[in-house]
Amino acid sequence: MSTLSIPRRTPKRVLPGFKLTLGYTLLYLSVIVLIPLSALIFKTFTLTWDQFVLAVSSPRVMASYRLTFGASLIAATVNAVFGLLVAWVLVRYQFPGKKIIDALVDLPFALPTAVAGISLTALLASNGWVGSLLEPYGVQLAFNRNGVVIALIFIGLPFVVRTVQPVLEDAEKELEEAATCLGATRLQTFWHVIFPTIAPALLTGFAMAFARAIGEYGSVIFIAGNMPMISEITPLIIIGKLEQYDYAGATAVAVVLLVISFALLLVINALQAWQRRRNGASS
Amino acid sequence: MSNTRTQRTAKAGTTEPTWVKWTLLSIALGFIFLFLVLPLAAVFTEALRKGGGAAFEALKEPDAWSAIRLTLITAAIAVPLNLVFGIAAAWCIAKYEFRGKAFLTTLVDLPFSVSPVVAGLVYVLMFGAQGWFGPWLQAHDIKIVFAIPGIVLATIFVTFPFIARELIPLMQAQGTEEEQAAIVLGATGWQTFWHVTLPNIKWGLVYGVILCNARAMGEFGAVSVVSGHIRGQTNTVPLHVEILYNEYQSVAAFAVASLLALLALVTLVIKQVVEWRFERDQKAAAELPPERPLTNPVAAQA
Repeated sequence: MSTLSIPRRTPKRVLPGFKLTLGYTLLYLSVIVLIPLSALIFKTFTLTWDQFVLAVSSPRVMASYRLTFGASLIAATVNAVFGLLVAWVLVRYQFPGKKIIDALVDLPFALPTAVAGISLTALLASNGWVGSLLEPYGVQLAFNRNGVVIALIFIGLPFVVRTVQPVLEDAEKELEEAATCLGATRLQTFWHVIFPTIAPALLTGFAMAFARAIGEYGSVIFIAGNMPMISEITPLIIIGKLEQYDYAGATAVAVVLLVISFALLLVINALQAWQRRRNGASS
Repeated sequence: MSNTRTQRTAKAGTTEPTWVKWTLLSIALGFIFLFLVLPLAAVFTEALRKGGGAAFEALKEPDAWSAIRLTLITAAIAVPLNLVFGIAAAWCIAKYEFRGKAFLTTLVDLPFSVSPVVAGLVYVLMFGAQGWFGPWLQAHDIKIVFAIPGIVLATIFVTFPFIARELIPLMQAQGTEEEQAAIVLGATGWQTFWHVTLPNIKWGLVYGVILCNARAMGEFGAVSVVSGHIRGQTNTVPLHVEILYNEYQSVAAFAVASLLALLALVTLVIKQVVEWRFERDQKAAAELPPERPLTNPVAAQA
């Protein structure tokens, strides 16, 4: 509609390479991502509706959804709280070793998930550094649902810090000064001035950590104990079905995961657009 | 009384009382210590539990060597392919306006949100014995799944967006003025790319490549689905760690894992250096006369 009122923006593109790069992008995207993902969808259509429902809603699969979603939700919430705290400390305070801590936050991105998995297990098992301290109190963190949550906290840790940190750095201190001058306490200033500024970024980070946690496999399987109905995550259900050559069943569960991750991706995109608008409006 | 009060609040305008500050700092550092420092330290101490010799023995195993070789081959194929794609995708998304651009950007990000297990599964469905191309591949005696090509494909899938998503915001922030000037002055497209665009995006490029490489070498879930776990043949380093761990060879597992942990540390160091160099370049650019416009310091995080 707007193209009618505005004369065509670029009658001729000055920079060369549009067709080449767009063509290559679409080709590579199709070969690596889109065609393989469509194989997943087509495979699902070989199932009847009843078979599909049966495959994705058997009690064992339902238990895995509850675990995957519950643990991811808890982990993402913990990450939102502590990620905000870490971002705050990194932006606002000076302390020795700050640069090292700042760099270390990205460790979960760089450390292979399998390594994270066995190392967390070694720490939390009853003979590990942390596990042996907790054992006398009857607290078991490895080989049960607690382990799943802890692995997912590790995996999602950088997301909130890295989305909130830049927004906090750009936040205008003048607004906080104004709030204080107008008589607000520090806590009121935080809730009414600082928090609204960083809320979109915080939500984005939360959603990213949550999305990552839903699909996580490597770090969780070592620490979860993987007991059916109790500590078996949904990606492991897919692996289990594959190992029994139940390709259709594995595909059906995979489609459920895929739809959820695609929905989360759209939510994250919308959140980021909100964040851009919010930051654009405030500056 | 009221005098001292105003003085105090003026100072407290943008900071917290000292005790609050110290409490927040200790909670944050405690969290970092528990969740980042301890697991990292545990990898190395578990590896050295029976001394350096035992750890070294595990690394000398032929199976460990073939796993290392396969991991290096995989990364050597996956990273350059995704690099070329990343540059092409960033060029067309950042430099032009076209319909469906936002959707294309979303699709580029898609592999990040797909579970690694699903990423592996899709290739099994395409190239496995029961898959689309399964019968044809079997007739021609080509193995993709449960062989090296499948591992490479799954790795490409999970590392697909890394370089593109570093470059897109960077190139968008830089705009097209410099390239247009080069073209108007008579440079060809390739010359413009090599001499104008590439120097501008070099730090973003290095950044994307090292993150992509770290993930390519460390990927576990997707590779685990397509590898078939054949010792000495289709085992990457993370899969070798898993096998050793499941066989209760804890020291050997952690010795091989510490190789991957070292890789992670090297990645973090390079990443930090790149960030500092990038900031320095940005500052240098800002001090130039105004005809060279300041670009936004966009260091979009993965």
